[in-house]
Amino acid sequence: MIPLPSGLFLRAHRSLLLLTLGALTSLLSFMLPVHAQAPQPVDIRIGLITRQLPPPTVFEFDPVPEDVGLAGGRLAVRDNNTTGQFTGHRYSLEEETLEEGQDAVAAARSLVARGAGFLVVNLPADELLSIADALKGENVVLFNVRAPDDRLRGADCRSNVFHMAPSHAMLTDALAQFLAFKQWRRLFLIVGPQRGDKLYAEAMRRAARKFGLVIAADKPWEFGPLARAKADSPTTAEALVFTRGVDYDIAVVADEAGDFGDYVPFRTADARPVAGTQGLIATTWHPTFEVWGAAQAQSRFQRAADRLMRPLDYQVWMAVRAVGEAVTRNKATDPGEMKKFMSGAGFALPAYKGVSLSFRPWDQQLRQPLLIVQPRFMVSVAPEAGFLHQRTPLDTLGFDQPETACRLQ
Amino acid sequence: MAWNRVGRRMALALAGTVWLAVSGEAGAYPIYVSNEKDNTISVVDSDKLTVVATWKVGRRPRGITLSTDGKWLYVCASDDNRVDVVDTTTGMVVRSLRSGPDPELFVLHPKGNPLYIANENDNMVTVLDVEKNLVLTEVPVGVEPEGMGISPDGTILVNTSETTNMAHFIDTATYKIVANVLVDARPRIAEFSADGKVLWVSSEVGGTVSVIDPASRQITRKIEFKIPGMVPEAIQPVGVRLTKDGKKAFVALGPANRVAVVNAETFEVEKYLLVGQRVWQLAFTPDEKLLISTNGVSNDVSIIDVEAERVVKSVRVGAMPWGVVAGPN
Repeated sequence: MIPLPSGLFLRAHRSLLLLTLGALTSLLSFMLPVHAQAPQPVDIRIGLITRQLPPPTVFEFDPVPEDVGLAGGRLAVRDNNTTGQFTGHRYSLEEETLEEGQDAVAAARSLVARGAGFLVVNLPADELLSIADALKGENVVLFNVRAPDDRLRGADCRSNVFHMAPSHAMLTDALAQFLAFKQWRRLFLIVGPQRGDKLYAEAMRRAARKFGLVIAADKPWEFGPLARAKADSPTTAEALVFTRGVDYDIAVVADEAGDFGDYVPFRTADARPVAGTQGLIATTWHPTFEVWGAAQAQSRFQRAADRLMRPLDYQVWMAVRAVGEAVTRNKATDPGEMKKFMSGAGFALPAYKGVSLSFRPWDQQLRQPLLIVQPRFMVSVAPEAGFLHQRTPLDTLGFDQPETACRLQ
Repeated sequence: MAWNRVGRRMALALAGTVWLAVSGEAGAYPIYVSNEKDNTISVVDSDKLTVVATWKVGRRPRGITLSTDGKWLYVCASDDNRVDVVDTTTGMVVRSLRSGPDPELFVLHPKGNPLYIANENDNMVTVLDVEKNLVLTEVPVGVEPEGMGISPDGTILVNTSETTNMAHFIDTATYKIVANVLVDARPRIAEFSADGKVLWVSSEVGGTVSVIDPASRQITRKIEFKIPGMVPEAIQPVGVRLTKDGKKAFVALGPANRVAVVNAETFEVEKYLLVGQRVWQLAFTPDEKLLISTNGVSNDVSIIDVEAERVVKSVRVGAMPWGVVAGPN
């Protein structure tokens, strides 16, 4: 019944032969599901909660694809299952897309009731926290793939949440390292009106102090979403004179919604580059990123989703792959067990960044290199050379152990 | 990177030292280097240690190997989804073979046929009859298959999958996977010892080399590398070559810009040889007097004297050298 590879086994000692045959049988049975006594593969159910994007109110030059994030999760489940066929695990991704007004906590509870032990949460900080608190004590692990808020890694950290998305502190530290490396030290910080913009700006001020940069000017943006004004007459006088009379090396925009950041480049009074949330940015993924095997992930994603991979796709991909990697290495599937394993020293996630990624035990943030990119090309990778740390250079990005406000319980 | 600048300077200084010992003694062998970014093969003469010819091939040439008689050079043209066959006497592509999508690395059966090809984008190993240009079968393996090793008797093929992190043992008679060995992250190369008793698998991101007993399919030893003053993340083992006498192993360490010399009997790392930047693949000349390393970032190959364990020269080749193989004539 079982094809006997010639020669190799026959030379073995009888007991070894039986042992090997046993291993072979169980292995083959995973590969041939029709086998009569085939043990069922172990199921690992992963839930993915996302909220339907409201249509943009004004002109959107580069609309966010409807399947953003989801496509990354789908690819990762396929990757996990390719490995799972050899290890006897079967992964599934249950997608829950919330409509306007639909309760995120109820959706999370329903996914758990249907057997999901892992929830990938693509929601803002407040909703993530409600889910984390509602599921406290349950045998479920959450992955934050979206919210960059530093408080989630600080005072508002939760022991059932792992962060795949980089924090504001990591994003701004990465950028600040690059600016320090370039000796572009005097920043003109331009801060948008939204809450996230203020948080990003605060993180940028902190990063500037950390890496010896100077905030040469710090002004709020008060001219509205000019970057979305399709037929804007290019003579908005206030915006054009806004940058006059400031002595700085580079403008840093804090505009998470993309309302004005792209309006600033080439409209500054002096010839100055622009960075921050637009222009030169720190991010987890970019279409021109192809080293460390990233080219393979890019083409695999493009074939599956028929579009380019976005940072959110990559962050969801990492979350689902983290589950797969933990299951394969730890050989356990219980979420509680896996949580312990993932926050320990034995966990390492390869994710096309040249080094293995791991979670910081003090706040469960994924430590990861970040890409410094302009819209059409990759420029650098942080941590920049020369920024050293006693543990790993990756810990020069974001909140380090001695400064964390997180108390995991 | 400040360190790299220093390393580069040292490598250049080494390259400048006069090289006497080997030239003249050994017969001249052609060394073929695939240049991933400019779609060429550089031919280096092992005697003169200079580039004597540059040949055009398909796009993104990576894996490279020779027919047993040295007449045909097989080149994975990854972006053209084919394997080019180059006539080594003329340097012309004479045929293109059906490799399946995105071929990256391959290994030839010890008898010269078939060719086993890792299709990186397709989670597949393609088995190709090189004479008939006929795909015999496709074997589904883990995510991002790359490394390909074959036992000296040709019965067991080992493929490594970079994202599944396994060495898959494939029976070449039945094309069935008979074992999967979980190794450290991003396994790149599988290399059997000449007697077939030991299998070495390098893990680029894990930073280790797993030594596997092919009979029991168990990891018997993990080799780690430590270079003073270098962060562990920079040590990324890729290429592995073993001398036929089973005494020495050479491991290319990627961005550490070094080739480790390992005692293949005790598995102790004995020495680190400074080479060019981002060293990936290695190949011996047929007499095993020289070892050549491809240095992708510095666009050169380092020539290593195997006996003296010393880098004797750097030779500038094309853009982003990837694979290397040396011919018998």
